[in-house]
Amino acid sequence: MTMLTVENLCVWFGGGRDRVDAVRQASFHVERGASFGLVGESGSGKSTILRAIMGLAPNWSGAISVDDQPVTKKREKAFYKTVQMVFQDPYASLHPRHSVDQVLGETLHLHGFRDIDARVVKLLDDVGLGGKFRFRYPHQLSGGQRQRVAIARALAPEPSILLLDEPTSALDVSVQAEILNLLTDLRSEQKLTYVMVSHDLSVVGHMCEQLAVMKDGEIVEIMDVETLRTAQARHAYSQELLAASI
Amino acid sequence: MAMIGLWILILLGMIAVGAPLLAPHDPFAQELGNRLQPLWSEGHILGTDSLGRDLLSRLIYGSRITLYIVGLVALIAPITGLLVGTVAGYVGGWTDQVLMRITDIFLAFPRLVLALAFVAALGAGIENAVLAISLTAWPPYARIARAETLTIRSSDYISAIQLQGAGAMRIITKHIWPLCISSLIVRVTLDMAGIILAAAGLGFLGLGAQPPSPEWGAMISEGRRFILDHWWVATVPGMAIFTVSLAFNLLGDGLRDVLDPKDSEK
Amino acid sequence: MTLLDVENLWVKFPSRQGVFDAVRGVSFTLGRERLAIVGESGSGKSMTGRAILRLIRPPGIVTADQVSLEGVDLMQKTEREMRDVRGKRVSMVMQDPKFSLNPVMTIGQQIIEAYRLHNKARKSIAYENALSMLEAVSIRDPERVMRAYPHEMSGGMGQRIMIAMMLIPSPEILIADEPTSALDVSVQRQVLSIIDTLVRDRGMGLIFISHDLNLVADFCDRVLIMYSGRIVEVCDAKNLHEAKHPYTRGLLNSLPRLNAPRKKLDVLSRDPAWSEAPSVSGRI
Repeated sequence: MTMLTVENLCVWFGGGRDRVDAVRQASFHVERGASFGLVGESGSGKSTILRAIMGLAPNWSGAISVDDQPVTKKREKAFYKTVQMVFQDPYASLHPRHSVDQVLGETLHLHGFRDIDARVVKLLDDVGLGGKFRFRYPHQLSGGQRQRVAIARALAPEPSILLLDEPTSALDVSVQAEILNLLTDLRSEQKLTYVMVSHDLSVVGHMCEQLAVMKDGEIVEIMDVETLRTAQARHAYSQELLAASI
Repeated sequence: MAMIGLWILILLGMIAVGAPLLAPHDPFAQELGNRLQPLWSEGHILGTDSLGRDLLSRLIYGSRITLYIVGLVALIAPITGLLVGTVAGYVGGWTDQVLMRITDIFLAFPRLVLALAFVAALGAGIENAVLAISLTAWPPYARIARAETLTIRSSDYISAIQLQGAGAMRIITKHIWPLCISSLIVRVTLDMAGIILAAAGLGFLGLGAQPPSPEWGAMISEGRRFILDHWWVATVPGMAIFTVSLAFNLLGDGLRDVLDPKDSEK
Repeated sequence: MTLLDVENLWVKFPSRQGVFDAVRGVSFTLGRERLAIVGESGSGKSMTGRAILRLIRPPGIVTADQVSLEGVDLMQKTEREMRDVRGKRVSMVMQDPKFSLNPVMTIGQQIIEAYRLHNKARKSIAYENALSMLEAVSIRDPERVMRAYPHEMSGGMGQRIMIAMMLIPSPEILIADEPTSALDVSVQRQVLSIIDTLVRDRGMGLIFISHDLNLVADFCDRVLIMYSGRIVEVCDAKNLHEAKHPYTRGLLNSLPRLNAPRKKLDVLSRDPAWSEAPSVSGRI
């Protein structure tokens, strides 16, 4: 059952002579409950695809549908209850003057939940942070803790799809392991669908079942993780990427 | 150094509040037989002015007027600037262009010239002086607020809250304003000195507080005629203005060191 | 032969909450080899590199029994004498070339300036040297690059230019602080092989600071693993995967591996004993 379909997606910045095509004719689909990876180097367009899905890219063409419903030009509230995003830099994704409680409370409030207090407690619990973190400010949290709060915020509206933009690249190796484990647990507990962007093939190999390799805005190959592991990638660029990562 | 500034200002506040208790004489009481008494005279530590009024008492009561003007402007100008700047910065497009051009227009007016125009239109008086000064003081705040908003607008945490369906009003008031406030506060304290001088300038020109009000600028104006032989009549209020301006500058510098060290992610 | 001998290096930062020890009793020697200092953020690895070059400003306090460059203790030198050491005898390449190159000067101007700082030479000679240095770092069109500005260069190019600039005075030791972390994977390999060739050809010593264990296992000769300001293990790079200390093992096990899939990654549980134990010496 397909959860997310992207067809012939083009994203560009600027216009006329200054137009830069960040994503060119990208197509892929993700089954419900699956975890799909997008890999490539910087500038390949992988993060731009995520932003385009979320509605953060101003100029795009093509078709995006979530749960068989095509998305509208301006995303509706209902969309944000289904699809949420976790950003790359935990140091930049939390408002410096808002406490954890404010961040989560505001999100819950915006989505119309009433039992905010109980939900905040549960969310913090789900991401492995205890109640004592509730009233802390971002500068009092470590990178891993901030990322957990960002994940809690993304989970607050009870979405079905989580878009993860390099969620662990800014974190230390040991913290990365904790966050990846957390994401694995959450996915099975809450039956989520993931689309994960990373430049690190081993992270994608660990977290995803299928992945798309991107170069210069285009998807050059879509493969299973088994193909990746056994180094049977077909496209020359995929092989290059693989060789450089080992 | 900032602490010195702070203490001076606290002192000023206390003097203003305690004026009736501290002033040895009625600031309006004229004693024509006692005109232009020098410093350290009998009963008049700072001497008297051309109408025999005690300078110390006038100085003390004048502090109230100074604080009144400075306080009002310090509220009106930054708040107006914040509103204009953040809306322009966040919404962008035509709104931004229009608001910024309006800001430019007000920025183009020299403070005193605009005040003159105002006073000519509305009549002289403290309130009109305050209005006039505020109208020329707010544009820099709008610019600062707009610049900060532009930087903040592209942050991930703003994107994140947009993804929760937050509207522009909420984002501007709850997310952007808290981050702009510290630079505005710093700017206000540094601006105070200029505001005091502007108020004094207006008073000097006879456009601000009207006689017999003991406004410091007006006092300098009155004492101008006697500056050669009775220098204290103009100099004493001048020193007061200087001290308070300096205090604001010192405080502003200190606040900037505390609040400003690039608040960019610790 | 020992190029650098560091003994009992401490770096402390006094703050309102007390003194923070960033580096605690680190000792090691460096010969004509590639030495890696590996650790996570906060381990003190970058501070160690900077302390050797005396780049840590007050209120930071640096103390050591000795930091000797070919027998001469750098800790005893004055700031002026250190300026002769920095760049000329010990050079440093940092993580992001964007922040190390002056954005308003052309690359040529910067390299020539770097050269003339250490060699009294005419501009034309400096220019020739700069060109040959750029060629040595595999830049194909050096004249064009000399005329260009830093923002026109990609990350990999920028880093190669940094390396060229840092090696032009022919230092004996190069300290590379995460030189490839900001680069794409394919470019990383290129830059590493350039560093490798240059270090080998010139018989230099290399201190390679990184958080990437796998990278240093391939690239370096010896590895020092730091945790909480101390060295917790020293081993040869080729034996890294048989490391004994629980922290090193923990780090190695928490990495996801393409060829060894697991459901869950091993999580490192930090033992306070690791930061309390004395520093392992890396001196030979």
